[in-house]
Amino acid sequence: METLTKIFSLSLILASFRFATPLILAALGGIFSERSGVVNIALEGMMLFGAFAAVYGSASTGNPWIGVLYSMIAGLSFAAILALVCVTFKANQIVVATGINIFASGITIFLLQVLFGVKGTSPMVNRLPAFRIFDVRFNPITYIALILVPVAWFILFKTHWGLRIRSVGEHPAAADTLGINVNKLRFISVLISGVLAGLAGAHLSIGDGSAFVREMSAGRGFIALAAMIFGKWHPFGAFGAAMLFGFAEAVAVRVDFAFIPSELISAIPYVLTLVVLAGFFGKSTPPAASGEPYYKGEK
Amino acid sequence: MNKYSDKIKSVLTDLGLSLLSIIVALIVGTLFIYLTDKSPLDAYSALYIGAFGSFRAIVNTLWRSTPLILTGLAVALPFRAGLFNIGAEGQLLMGGFTAGIVGFYFTSLPTIIHLPFAIIAGMFVAGLWGGLPGVLKAKLDVHEVIATIMLNYIAMALTINYGINLFKETGRPATPRIMKSAAMFNFNNMNKYPFLKDLPLSDLFSQPAIRLHLNFFLAVIAAVILWYLLFKTTLGYELRAVGFNPDGAEYGGIKASKSIITVMFISGAVAGLAGVGEVLGTHFSFMQGMDAGYGFTGIAVALIGQTHPIGVILGGLLFGALAQGGLEMQFSGIPSEIVMLIQALVIFFVAALQVFKVYLAKRKAKGGVE
Amino acid sequence: MPREDNYILDMQDITKIFPGVKANDNVNLSIKGGEIHALVGENGAGKTTLMNVLYGLYEPDGGQIFYEGNEVDLDGPEDAIKLGIGMVHQHFMLVEPLTVTENIVLGSEPRSGLMLDQKTAQKDVKEISEKYGLFVDPEAKIQDISVGMQQRVEIIKTLYRGAELLIFDEPTAVLTPQEIDELFDIFKSLKEQGKTIIFITHKLKEVKTISDRITVLRSGKSIDTVNTEDVTKEDVAELMVGRQVLLEVEKTEANPGEEIFKIENLNVNDNRELPAVKDISLSVKKGEILGIAGVEGNGQSELIEAITGLRKIKSGKFELRGKDITNFNAREIKREKVAHIPEDRQKRGLIMDFDLKENIILGYHDLEPFSRNGIMQYDNIAQYTEDLIEKYDVRGGGMESQAKNLSGGNQQKLIVAREFSHDPEFLIASQPTRGVDVGSIEFIHNQIIDRRDDGAGVLLVSAELSEVLSLSDRIAVIFEGEIVDVLKASETDERELGKLMTGSQAEAGGESNE
Repeated sequence: METLTKIFSLSLILASFRFATPLILAALGGIFSERSGVVNIALEGMMLFGAFAAVYGSASTGNPWIGVLYSMIAGLSFAAILALVCVTFKANQIVVATGINIFASGITIFLLQVLFGVKGTSPMVNRLPAFRIFDVRFNPITYIALILVPVAWFILFKTHWGLRIRSVGEHPAAADTLGINVNKLRFISVLISGVLAGLAGAHLSIGDGSAFVREMSAGRGFIALAAMIFGKWHPFGAFGAAMLFGFAEAVAVRVDFAFIPSELISAIPYVLTLVVLAGFFGKSTPPAASGEPYYKGEK
Repeated sequence: MNKYSDKIKSVLTDLGLSLLSIIVALIVGTLFIYLTDKSPLDAYSALYIGAFGSFRAIVNTLWRSTPLILTGLAVALPFRAGLFNIGAEGQLLMGGFTAGIVGFYFTSLPTIIHLPFAIIAGMFVAGLWGGLPGVLKAKLDVHEVIATIMLNYIAMALTINYGINLFKETGRPATPRIMKSAAMFNFNNMNKYPFLKDLPLSDLFSQPAIRLHLNFFLAVIAAVILWYLLFKTTLGYELRAVGFNPDGAEYGGIKASKSIITVMFISGAVAGLAGVGEVLGTHFSFMQGMDAGYGFTGIAVALIGQTHPIGVILGGLLFGALAQGGLEMQFSGIPSEIVMLIQALVIFFVAALQVFKVYLAKRKAKGGVE
Repeated sequence: MPREDNYILDMQDITKIFPGVKANDNVNLSIKGGEIHALVGENGAGKTTLMNVLYGLYEPDGGQIFYEGNEVDLDGPEDAIKLGIGMVHQHFMLVEPLTVTENIVLGSEPRSGLMLDQKTAQKDVKEISEKYGLFVDPEAKIQDISVGMQQRVEIIKTLYRGAELLIFDEPTAVLTPQEIDELFDIFKSLKEQGKTIIFITHKLKEVKTISDRITVLRSGKSIDTVNTEDVTKEDVAELMVGRQVLLEVEKTEANPGEEIFKIENLNVNDNRELPAVKDISLSVKKGEILGIAGVEGNGQSELIEAITGLRKIKSGKFELRGKDITNFNAREIKREKVAHIPEDRQKRGLIMDFDLKENIILGYHDLEPFSRNGIMQYDNIAQYTEDLIEKYDVRGGGMESQAKNLSGGNQQKLIVAREFSHDPEFLIASQPTRGVDVGSIEFIHNQIIDRRDDGAGVLLVSAELSEVLSLSDRIAVIFEGEIVDVLKASETDERELGKLMTGSQAEAGGESNE
């Protein structure tokens, strides 16, 4: 009984939102990228680099909002590498994304030393102010994430841009025959995913905290990927999955269960994703052309 | 025309592309070194001296390359069968953890039984961990990339978070120290053994801080076995056929699902051996942080080795040298993370140049007919 | 300049080269405004390539295109669309999870503010649909509607973009007979509204029914353009196939023995789960060649894949030497001394990245002396390869060269070498000489006859009528998945076969040979 009250306390639910924020943002990013046909397993690295850039922006100007801007630019720049090498030059998306993840780990620790002279944790910087709406206090990025869910849905399902993005991810040749520039749309979609993943990083470093810690993304980019799959590549679905995973994280931190060790709760998103992919909850199918480079006019 | 000339040409192209990627990565790497106000020349010479400057440096380069060769093989082998295993990290953890448990749990076994038992147990569990995405792929059409990513994190939760807490005896985030009987032979101890101490290099090996242990040789043996498996056995023939052309393989009566599961099991076991070696040869317990991203670096190693087992040994040595030399760089005030950046750059360039190679081949095909 | 004033389209001397093939070789095609123009030719004649050039998907290596009197340069489909050219592709270019309306407006969507204006879109779709009698459900998803309706969606797609000239690439290939009738009604209604139609096909009955003029392509060249009313189906068939130099195949009278292979009441579906092989029963005797003649796409591929264990059957039975082999897989069938030359050597027959010696044992790779206890015996294989390369005259690379470096003819000889070297008792040869040079054709033909004379039963499938005629002892004609007749090769000719192949069985019986 006591456990139950603990689970459903307000503070726990609020904590779930906080934990879910980076997952929501990165999952939305993943949706844009994959809906357009590019698998983005570099969300992790983009998030990590975004987190660092946010701290650097805040430290160098004193203004955390500049940090937010930097984080988005950071995510964008990594996304540009992914898009250039994989969309334009058609290299293997998984390979290059793995390279980006390694690069992100390396560059953040490297820059910690070069810019801050430390190896593990950056100095404290100004964090984003929390906004209070009724009894709820969140940092602005959480609100942004919550707003972006319907926005992403609107763009993908209600505008002509969204229609085109979805068509190039499903059947690029069909889009091409109608004069749609497949690779340009993919490029842009990957850039969007980078911006969102970068923003997710800013939440970790200057939204929820006020410093950068090495490897602070800690697999959240991959949980976001899981949320995207679990949510069947749909913004609301991914939001639900991210909330579930965020809730699991919040519970793992706060509640002791007798029947399941709290250390294992962190694995729940991954196990659920495998179960979903294996088709136990109805088949979850990625966009048909996801992961395939598009070659124009070839037999 | 010599009947082997085509083959030699293709090996040379591969070697050339790999070398070119490394050189370009090193050149781009200088940009980062400039950020530290150090001279790239100093940095790279420190890197070189750190990796090859002394007997100890060379031996420890071999030591560092050990897990990289193994994870590189774990990526390269499935690649030949058309599969992408990015789960070497998780497989390594499962193997290392199992070996760590077997290593401390059995207290009164002789080395001759305890050590092989720990190695085989670790490889077997890791093999199952690798085989699972194989089964998911073969039977349920789950993409192996996503499945192995998920299994990496499940393995982390199982071993690093849960497993260590379950067994740890001190504040240190590690399982208890393994028995001596489960430890791998370390070359530092050469002159404690009757026959080995008379060998020519035994004095050199007994200087302090020599870390090379048995697993390096197991890694090289694994590479040779996998080379043999891939290019000399019927199983290898079949899985290469599946990798190149699944329809053609089906026509030839080859069952793709069997190949996929087999290759993923073997690959998992090999990645597991990397973890086994780190536990039984390097750290003597399963500890947090021992995986050090080897599973992901293995992807770079496999690519730079053109997914050929012997190439992977070379790739592993290169990356081992970078890791070992990076320490020396660190001493001269240049962050060793430069090494990670160079690794990542190598991946970008190999991937991009691979595309270039395909383009070249296409152009050749176009020029070849009238 | 276009060669005549009333040409809406005039393509002059179009050449398009792909690695290894000249798909279009100085092709000429001129289309009059408001006509239905059939573009006919065998598979690989270059029809689709020519239309892809016209639609801006391929850049031609030579030639000029005039549209409505002006020379045009088509950089991409968007240019073609702007000119008023629309294309209905053979494999529909539809995005399955999207709705009918979304597919139609994709790329030129009506908008209101930021939103895609679904209402206007649906209204537009409805208007076109009513104007041309193209019934569709605007809100249905593509994955849920019939093939016939998908095709109508494709047609509306082009009309929505203001197409005046519509290209149809093999539009009837995927349709049921009723759907074909409906399509032709649509063609007529489009023509009445002043649209021009180019229609690719190799079904001559349809050409006769619906077209005004016909252009025939053969091996990448334009052969002739004729008025439909001036010619018979047989005339067109001759233009398509050409009076090929009949390769002299020296062969003695067959000496058929007992039955070796039997098919009973076989039914097989194609990839779309539609019936492709309908209740076929056939038998092949030792020492004879049974040819299967038919226009491609009438169930031959599915039939062969089913026999060789590469495709699941719906019902029926196979017997080999009286033994039931119905549910054998590809490997088990090979072990029964069945050899198979597959129709697509690049997709099935060879692992292009494998070298010659690895390819020459594919399917036999786990047998002695190539493999012993799971270890490949490459010394034995090398010796074996060397012998076969010489015996079968495979040129263009040593045993260490990759198969992809060989010419088509040598690749095919490599397959023949492999399949004929295990004393096959039953031999399946599907398009054995497609894309193969003349020298290799003769060689492969002689090899097939040698096997027959050694007492093997042979099942031959070929789109080349002359090949079927000159090699076979008996000929079974396949049409729309059914065997319409089985004839003695010595008692028939191209004309009779042509009629049977195009489904004009009744006429064939009525007319006498001239």
